[in-house]
Amino acid sequence: MTYLWAFLIGGAICALAQLIMDVFKLPPAYILVGLTVTGAVLNGLGLYQPLLEFAGAGALIPVCGFGNAIATGIIAEVKRLGWEGLFTGAFELTGLGVTSAVVFGFLVALVSGPRR
Amino acid sequence: MDPKEAAKQQEYRDLVKAMEPKPSLLRNMLLAFLVGGTICLIGQFVFDFFKGVEQTEAEASAITLAAMIFLGAVATGLGVYDELGELGGAGAAVPITGFSNSIVSAAMEFKREGLILGMGCKMFIIAGPVLVYGILSGFLVGLVKGTLLGYFR
Repeated sequence: MTYLWAFLIGGAICALAQLIMDVFKLPPAYILVGLTVTGAVLNGLGLYQPLLEFAGAGALIPVCGFGNAIATGIIAEVKRLGWEGLFTGAFELTGLGVTSAVVFGFLVALVSGPRR
Repeated sequence: MDPKEAAKQQEYRDLVKAMEPKPSLLRNMLLAFLVGGTICLIGQFVFDFFKGVEQTEAEASAITLAAMIFLGAVATGLGVYDELGELGGAGAAVPITGFSNSIVSAAMEFKREGLILGMGCKMFIIAGPVLVYGILSGFLVGLVKGTLLGYFR
């Protein structure tokens, strides 16, 4: 059942993003930033965790899941460390993803020839 | 400009407008839905696999994101992801694989401008704003929530 919801919710988030992009003629960067911020705010309101439990990867994989992970990390670190946590928490959960993007990106760019 | 010329130009503009492919809103949305949904479905398979391996759900989701970033990087290197992007639009851009694609394709494109000033500087040319505003909004959310819950003392 989670598989169906992951497909439907993940797809719906992308379709909504496409609609906003087409209607307001926005470049993708605006949408990505908007979704990331939305994810962080929904996390603060306590709404993202229920969505994650419901839709699994359908809420985790879209970029709003990335914003949610940043906020989750910061709040967990603030709980643990106080003020300091505001500055250490952002990459608590997302560091793995950002580092792997840099490492894989570097390696792929090295081995792949220049295009065209 | 004489009126004849103006009329001709208007005629041409009308012709261009009529010939332009109509970007169908529904078609784009459907394609975004299918491509994005499929990527999330693959993500769910990866997630379930790592839930069996990792200790906590948080670790499993972090590893899942890294694995999807890896898949996105490989697909970009093979040139497959760009075609997926043409087809799916936001459906390919919004999932974390699109985040990976934006970094890898920038690295590939700017490699020829040098490793430091090219690849190093421009790797995050598209992904950068996502990080900047993600961190800023997370910081604010942490500040507000930490204050409300009394975590600062």
